[in-house]
Amino acid sequence: MALDKSEVEKIAHLARLHISRTEAEGVMSRITDILALIDQMQTVNTDDIEPLAHPLDALQRLRADEVTEVIHYDDLQSLAPEARDGLYLVPKVIE
Amino acid sequence: MIEKTVAEIAVALNAGDISSVELTQTYLDRITQFNGELNAYITVCADSALRQAKTADEKRAKGSNSPLLGVPLAHKDIFCTNGVTTTCGSRMLHNFVAPYDATVVEKFNDAGAVMLGKTNMDEFAMGSSNETSFFGPVKNPWDTKRVPGGSSGGSAVAVAADLCAMATGTDTGGSIRQPAAFCGITGFKPSYGRVSRWGMIAFASSLDQAGPLCKTAEDAALMTNVMAGLDKKDSTSIDKPVEDYTASLSNSLNGLKIGVPKQHFAEGLTAGVEQTIREALKEYENLGATITEIDLPNNHLSVSAYYVIAPAEASANLSRYDGVRYGYRCEDPADLEDMYKRTRSEGFGEEVKRRIMVGTYALSAGFYDAYYRKAQKIRRLIKNDFIDAFDEVDVIIGPTSPHTAFEIGTKTDPVTMYLEDIYTIAVNLAGLPGISIPAGMADGLPVGMHIVGSDFAEAKVLNVAHQFQQQTDWHQHKPTAFGKEN
Repeated sequence: MALDKSEVEKIAHLARLHISRTEAEGVMSRITDILALIDQMQTVNTDDIEPLAHPLDALQRLRADEVTEVIHYDDLQSLAPEARDGLYLVPKVIE
Repeated sequence: MIEKTVAEIAVALNAGDISSVELTQTYLDRITQFNGELNAYITVCADSALRQAKTADEKRAKGSNSPLLGVPLAHKDIFCTNGVTTTCGSRMLHNFVAPYDATVVEKFNDAGAVMLGKTNMDEFAMGSSNETSFFGPVKNPWDTKRVPGGSSGGSAVAVAADLCAMATGTDTGGSIRQPAAFCGITGFKPSYGRVSRWGMIAFASSLDQAGPLCKTAEDAALMTNVMAGLDKKDSTSIDKPVEDYTASLSNSLNGLKIGVPKQHFAEGLTAGVEQTIREALKEYENLGATITEIDLPNNHLSVSAYYVIAPAEASANLSRYDGVRYGYRCEDPADLEDMYKRTRSEGFGEEVKRRIMVGTYALSAGFYDAYYRKAQKIRRLIKNDFIDAFDEVDVIIGPTSPHTAFEIGTKTDPVTMYLEDIYTIAVNLAGLPGISIPAGMADGLPVGMHIVGSDFAEAKVLNVAHQFQQQTDWHQHKPTAFGKEN
């Protein structure tokens, strides 16, 4: 399946990526190549096949709802590009 | 000493032939001498390594002699290390210092191993050549014009060029086994869930698995003994007792049934690799094994299904890199959306962005059934092929890669690069244990042999690999430019 430019722009927006006009052409053709590879899957009938989400068909293990970790705010916020008073700072969202 | 295996180093340390401090210093000196050319390490931890080595020597003096005590290792830069930068080969995390250790790192620390540093890798483990790293390509010590494979290329080169005694890696589609093959070393991917993924930066969570890169199957067994086990912090790690993987290494292979998939000896396999693997199979016949051709009829769909599942899971996992809590943030964002978009576009490299886009597309409204669900159904077919095969045979053997290491810069088309992992990817989709060991040489470059076992047959796979290494010396062949002790 071939993609057009508007689809590439839509996917980029969904993925929160910026694709410049000059890049769009190249991105489009390479993703189209990858989709052609992927489309080999469509040659096989899988109507009655159960999807495999986990290689061992394992189910999520549950545990008791107990406190196991303590959050170290200072350690974690020291990693942030901008943080103050326990808050992560980002550009203004609401005027 | 540097060319010795982990098992041999443990003996030498115990006998007092060398101290961990001396050994660690020797590796650090070699890293200083050769890393500029090979680019295997992103970060070297000289001071902390020497401190760990001193502690190990003190523990040994007090009577401790656990197998990895004082043995120098390198971690792939995908494992979080408390206080040491963890980049994942990306600009996005070029300044990220994790406030905790990955479970794998903690386990090696507890075993007394010495961490020399963090190794280079394809960005977010997305690559088969180590060319996608933000920190530049890694060079293959057999020929520095060639790639070492990927994504655990830095770890493979560090082992092959004796810049460490052992290294960790991760394998999502072949990322331990293919670089091991290209660099002439041993690389082992255990069953999915055998080793904790906690603190291992996520790429494709239903496929990712950590494992050892080292010189021999015996060393892989020693390392897996340390790495494996249930971890309550990783809900996908398996609650199953860990065997002593060294215990069965010496078992006889008499009567072993080896399956050879006809699909792995088909079009695309180079003559030199084919000949090498066929000769290696004769060694197994000499050891009493029988060889049967088997059919994996859906193997040809593994790359297609993988390039839906892995990008889909990656697009979800990598959505956390938003420039807010850690890592890279763009300069002077105009607003929040501009910050997200420019941070991610500047922080990620081309291949990572491409896979995020493919994954986003596959998961987007209206396409889920045609792509992700379809791929999961194909995944079931691939798993069933293996289940049927293991009714007939004990292990499956073939080449790890269709060819030997290729030249840097020669595979620029993504699809061509994706086909690199044509023999290894199905094993990840099925969650099976697989190892690559040196089987011989073709055109002066190492050839890897791929041995695959059924679910949790780690001990069998290591036994089959070890017995080959008792009969042959391919695992002792070294790249001449870097192999000699200075």
